[in-house]
Amino acid sequence: MGSIFNLQQVVNGLQLGSIYALIALGYTMVYGIVRLINFAHGDFYMIGAYTAYGAFFLFNAVLGGSGLPMAAVALVLAMLASGLVALLTNRLAYRPLRYKPKLSSLITAIGVSMLIEYLFSALPFIGPSFRAFPEILPSVPIKLGQNATISTHALIDIGVAAVLMIGLTILVRHTTLGKAMRAVSQDKDAAKLMGIDVEKVIAWTFMIGGAFAGAAGLLAGMTYPRIFPFMGILPGLKAFIAAVLGGIGNIPGAVLGAYIMGVAETFATAYNSLLGEGIAFAILIVVLLVRPRGILGEKHADKI
Amino acid sequence: MLSVKNLQVNYGRIAALKDVSFEVPAGKIIALIGSNGAGKTTTLRAISGLEKPSGGTISFKGKDLAGVQSHELVKLGISHVPEGRKIFPTLTVRENLELAGWTVKDAKEVKRRIEEVFTFFPRVAERVGQLGGTLSGGEQQMLAVGRAMVTGGELLLLDEPSMGLAPVLVDEIFDKIVALNKLGTTILLVEQNAAEALDIADFAYVLEVGYTTISGSAKDVADNPKVREAYLGV
Repeated sequence: MGSIFNLQQVVNGLQLGSIYALIALGYTMVYGIVRLINFAHGDFYMIGAYTAYGAFFLFNAVLGGSGLPMAAVALVLAMLASGLVALLTNRLAYRPLRYKPKLSSLITAIGVSMLIEYLFSALPFIGPSFRAFPEILPSVPIKLGQNATISTHALIDIGVAAVLMIGLTILVRHTTLGKAMRAVSQDKDAAKLMGIDVEKVIAWTFMIGGAFAGAAGLLAGMTYPRIFPFMGILPGLKAFIAAVLGGIGNIPGAVLGAYIMGVAETFATAYNSLLGEGIAFAILIVVLLVRPRGILGEKHADKI
Repeated sequence: MLSVKNLQVNYGRIAALKDVSFEVPAGKIIALIGSNGAGKTTTLRAISGLEKPSGGTISFKGKDLAGVQSHELVKLGISHVPEGRKIFPTLTVRENLELAGWTVKDAKEVKRRIEEVFTFFPRVAERVGQLGGTLSGGEQQMLAVGRAMVTGGELLLLDEPSMGLAPVLVDEIFDKIVALNKLGTTILLVEQNAAEALDIADFAYVLEVGYTTISGSAKDVADNPKVREAYLGV
């Protein structure tokens, strides 16, 4: 390998960043609306990966073969499953604690996360060990100039993330639900006085955030084809750091933070693979020291 | 239309409202006056379900409001302009108004009501594309009343509409309140600015440290020597 800076690493970084971005969005949306860091969010990503795995497995057994249409169906199923688990988590664990001290929900979030992880490990048809994710779509490299390639998987990761993020932007900016989400994140009481069912809007937010994490789970399974019940922990933490880097609660900030993280991580990994794992936390420390509110974050003096 | 009886609200161990009772007959303007901390805002928040009463009853058109959630009150016909306006700062003026139409299923009806607000408050129409947070205090108050018009309640709860406004603007806002009342909206007005409030109200109640003490027609209350001394400064 010649110089550390090369196009290949940028491509890999954008691919990884796309997956982080899809996870980070859920963190930031939920934080924006209920001021909760949902530590179970990484597990929604894991659930997406397992749902896709199960879907592929069934397709292969029943229909045989693979291909793009199946990947699309698996994507929808993964998003639905993760979205529903997110919805249930909110309803069963967080909603009863909504007006209790913040620390209660935070600790509950950690508990929910562990519950999901160990429950999946204990389930006989899932189990604690690694599983190889089936190759549903072959990864074909496409030449990008002299010494870089972009794989079809990378194109799918970046493309799916882009489409979902554009969809989210339209939703938040232009739909009534999106306006309500922004209103609720600014002032819950005022939103109630407008007749907005605040709990319904919060539920939607959890579901959309969960669905995005589910999509990331499928993409990650296809790209890094090894899944296990604790696979959500590290990407979840890194995506959370990405959200903090961009300014937690800020949607474009989460995406920006995620791409910075993705690129930083691939460059650091190219230099030294252990450094790659640690760079996220180095970034977190620097952000907290230099600009605690993040790149695009607004100033506020909220305690978590 | 609205009947509040022996209302009590506690914040933790502190009693904010101890015994508050009053009636709001349909079609009238009722003023609830009192000094800072008397419990005026708490009273309105309790009516809107934002605070949970620990005693007493609130009923609206004969229906007991206990257990009714805040967002459902809009559908029942209660609109609340909260203390400090509570405009959504990063939403545009139009978006603020559109959200107020949340419970109205018919999009055309929401549009019609927003147009009505624009005719009623031309200043709001001029600012339609601006973010709510960039409006002046007076414009925000007009937008807040405009939002309540879009929610379309028969009863309008107004919390300190004069707060922080220049006297000219206070007059303008109060003229609009009277105009709204003439259009058929019943108004419960909470004010520290007793003189202005008593000027437009039909009936008035004085709220003192969690109790409704003096009540009567606005004119009688304004002539009450205690009120004159404590609230009107004459």
